[in-house]
Parts: sequence; structure tokens; C-alpha cells
Amino acid sequence: MSAITRDEVAHLARLSRLALTDDELDHYATQLDAIIESVAKVAEVAAEDVPPSSHALPLTNVFRPDEVRQSLTPEQALSGAPAVEDDRFRVPRILGEEA
Amino acid sequence: MSLIRKTAAELGALIAAGEVSAAEVAEAHLDRMAEVEPKVKAFLHIDRETTLEQARAVDDRLRAGEKLGPLAGVPIAHKDIFTTRDMPTTAASKILQGWHPPYDATVTRRLREAGLVILGKTNLDEFAMGSSTENSAYQLTHNPWDLTRVPGGSSGGSSAAVAAYEAPLSTGTDTGGSIRQPASVTGIVGMKPTYGGSSRYGLIAFASSLDTPGPFARNVLDAALLQEAFSGHDPMDSTSIDAPVPSVVEAARNGDVAGMRIGVVREFAGGEGAQPGVLARFNEAVELLESLGAKVVEVSCPSFASALPAYYLIAPSECSSNLARFDAMRYGLRVGDDGTRSAEEVMALTRAAGFGPEVKRRIMLGTYALSSGYYDAYYGQAQKVRTVIAREFEAAYHQVDVLISPTTPTTAFPIGERADDPMAMYLADLYTIPSNLTGNAAISVPCGLADEDGLPVGLQIMAPVLGDDRCYRVGAAVEKALESRWGGSLLAKAPAL
Repeated sequence: MSAITRDEVAHLARLSRLALTDDELDHYATQLDAIIESVAKVAEVAAEDVPPSSHALPLTNVFRPDEVRQSLTPEQALSGAPAVEDDRFRVPRILGEEA
Repeated sequence: MSLIRKTAAELGALIAAGEVSAAEVAEAHLDRMAEVEPKVKAFLHIDRETTLEQARAVDDRLRAGEKLGPLAGVPIAHKDIFTTRDMPTTAASKILQGWHPPYDATVTRRLREAGLVILGKTNLDEFAMGSSTENSAYQLTHNPWDLTRVPGGSSGGSSAAVAAYEAPLSTGTDTGGSIRQPASVTGIVGMKPTYGGSSRYGLIAFASSLDTPGPFARNVLDAALLQEAFSGHDPMDSTSIDAPVPSVVEAARNGDVAGMRIGVVREFAGGEGAQPGVLARFNEAVELLESLGAKVVEVSCPSFASALPAYYLIAPSECSSNLARFDAMRYGLRVGDDGTRSAEEVMALTRAAGFGPEVKRRIMLGTYALSSGYYDAYYGQAQKVRTVIAREFEAAYHQVDVLISPTTPTTAFPIGERADDPMAMYLADLYTIPSNLTGNAAISVPCGLADEDGLPVGLQIMAPVLGDDRCYRVGAAVEKALESRWGGSLLAKAPAL
């Protein structure tokens, strides 16, 4: 029995914003199936009454005073942008149809 | 002795005494790089002029009487996952090809301030995901001991550069073993500091609760000097520990294990899946530590076997979230923006074109583990296993000061051998992952050559959180005893390039 189907992988690719080809979907379905079967072994550890750890150290949120400090200039912040217009990031349309 | 064979500590002393300039030292290493890079291919970016300018600036600072640290003028190679404002930073991914960061990582900034000179940026598995550096989008790096084999990973460019005498020091990052494993398979020293002991600011994130910057060097003292130079609390990293840096340099100079309690992790010394030559060298190291006056006992940590599956749920989960920032909008690659496509379509096309196969696998695996319906069974359970492993470590450290194991189950494997088998690749990190899940300090030091293939074997020494000095103390003791037995460093046995 497979742990994950090709359709599920296609769904994961959509959620992950990865435009995969049909061949890639077949390939990843096989590999992810083997990986998931292997990592499912975590279930073998008896841990019902154990609290989860999200982190290695017992740290809590860190705060600093809300003060104005030096930061990147607009030129620096935009220096790696794929497209720029009027000191802003230019992006493709984000609405479904012509507004 | 030529400049490239000297230790970092020796180079620092020579430069401080004015016997050689930082520029001369940089030039000697740049020449070595020009000579061996065609074979080793450790570097992604080299910029001779920028390096020499940095070196001359350090010489000026020293001449002006500025008080710099013990590594002033010493060259270093940085893993290409730390941002550098004067060199590109790609994380070995096509999605960041040609990106010039507008800021320095804390690690690179602090080392610049201490007067270290950057030789270049080293190759890695894309976004540090891998154990062989074969997942780089740009090139394969070759193990200086045997050019047909991998240099380990993900920090394989950094390990190869130091083992090939291209650089006396380098930086790496260790999320599941990515410093210790490459150090082990190239016959050098690699340290994963306590999580939070070295800043993640400016380190391109893979798995934020695990990522730890650390040093590579050809000996224990050099690694300690480098760790000390970049460590310490950083307000720019909210998980940075606000506590004094453990006295690692003093421990590396001390190297006395008499009376120390050392635990052998039974589950990692039993031999299942491990190469006989690795186990033989490990067992000799155990006897050596006993002969040096340490009290060695066996310790059982039955859940360590579950660290690997837990890690391959936790790390991909964090990666799927962290790598969402590569959205083709603010920096990096953008594909398919022809005026007709939506932002979402451009995003999906860009990520498909810009990420390599291992990165895509992990993003999808993490997305799966975090999705509703599976969350409790996978990510939730993995987090509980993380707690169980932390408790086993805690119990073990009540009995002993450090734990030891081989660093990796095998020596360097041939290029291509595991490239198409993700699960086989993941096994390379079997012994290193538990310390990442719990934030422990852990080091790998050379402990000999395997009989079957004549390739380096590493000894892993693990210590509790902020017990970094214990790793260096035991590592220094092992190094001193073995080097006197070998009549020099292990690396001296490597074939000439």
C-alpha cells in the first residue's frame, strides 16, 4: 500500500507553489512514498504523555525597545529585485481578472 | 614550511609579529587555489582583487596599531550561505544566482572586524540540504583524499577547501550534521557549537530551530580560535543565547581528560550499517581515552534511532515554511513574467525552475507533514520524539561528561553512489542528528584511516548545551595523542593533489 498517491503529490505541489511536470509528479510520488514510509517510524516511539518540543532551548520571546534605528536604504532594499518601478517592487498582477 | 601548510594560530602570530603580511598570506592561498581548484572545485566565488584589498586593509590597520584578535590577517573561506556584502551569495541555488546581499551576516561581519580575510565563498548542497554537496546547482566538489569521492555535505566546499590547504579556516552550518560529517570524511576538525551560541543573522535559513554556524580547521585549537571569534550574543537573532561563550580556546590548549567520564553511545557503536574500518578506529579511540585516564562507560540511548525519522519530518517542515520567502517578488530569480501571467503563476514557475530536486522533495514533504489530518501523526509526533531524545541525553549527562560515537557510519562514498537514493543519503547523518534536535554541542576530530579504503574516520564528541569547552578538551587530548603516534597530522597522509 502506498503512503501517498500521485494526486496527493500534485496537491502538495500546488500548495508549495511548484509548477511540476507530469514526469516530475510521477518521480516525486515514488520517492516521497518511500520517504514517508520510512519517517512514519516516529510512531514507534511511545510518547503519548510527552510534551512536544518545538525548539532545543527553553527560550521565550525576546523584545527590544521600539526605537528608530539605521536600516537599509530604498536603493539597497530594491537592489536585488527582479523588477522595480517608482522605488517599489513591481510584481505581476495579483487579482484574478482585469480590474 | 610554506605559508599554506601553517596553522591559523601560527599565521596569526607571524602576521602580528610583522614577519609576514596579511597580503602575502592571502596571495599564497590564492595561488594554491588557482593550482588545485580545477581538481577540487570547492569554491563558487573567488575574487582575487577583493581578497587582496581586504588583506592590505588589515595590514594597514595593524600598522596603525589597531588591536585585533589572534586571527587578524588569517584567510578564511565562507560557506556560500552566509551573506557577504562584497561577494555574491547563492546558497548554491539557481533561485539566488547573481544575488548581491546588501548586508553582512553577523558571523561574516564579526570575522571581518577581527581582521580575517575572505578568500571566497564555498560550495554546498543547495540551501544546505544534503550530505554530499552533490545537490549544488552549480558544480560537484571533490574530496581531496580521493577525487572520485564526495567531500561530505552540506558544507562540502568548506571541508574540501581546508583539507586541500586552500584555506586554513572555513565556516559551515550544521543542521543535521553538515559540519561534522564533511569534517569527518575529509580528515579535518569540524564543530557544531551549542544552538544559539553562534548567530543565525544573515544565514540563509533552512530549518531555524536546528541551523547552527560553526568552524572548520585542520586542528582543534584553530577551530576553537575561530569559534571564539564569531560567537557571543547577537541582538539580531532572537534565539541567540545571552550567556558568556564557553572557554573553548583554553580547553583546546588544555586537552586533559584524566578523570573525565566518557560515555560510549551503545546504539551507535554496535555496528549495524557501519563500516568495519570505521568501528575499528572508533574502538581504538575508546581505548586511547582510557589510557589517557578517562573513565569510559557504555550508555544506552534507545530512542536515538528515532532521531533520523524525527529530523526528516521537523527539518522539511521548517524548510517548507522558510523557503516560502523565495516568491520571485523581492529578490532572486523571476520566470515567466510576460504580462499575462498572475503573480501566483509566476511564483510557481519560478520556484519550479529555481529549486533543485532535493529542495522540492523537502518542501513537499514538509508541506505534507504540516497539513491538516497528518499534522499530529507526523510533525506532532516528531516533536514529541524530540523531547524523548532530549530526556535521554539529559539522563546520560547525569552519568558522564561527554558522549562519543563515530561521526558517520561510513567513510566518504563515491560521487553518484547515493545521488538517486534519498534515504541512503539521509543515513550519512544517523549519528550526528540527535545533537541537532537537542541543541547540544558536538565536534568531529580525525581518528585514523579505515583499513578497507584508506579514507579518514572521525570521532564525534558530544556535550551538553553550553558544554562546548568539553568537546574541545577531549578533542585536543585525542588529537595530541594520535598525532604523536602518527608523527604528524592525519592530513599529512593524504595524497598530493
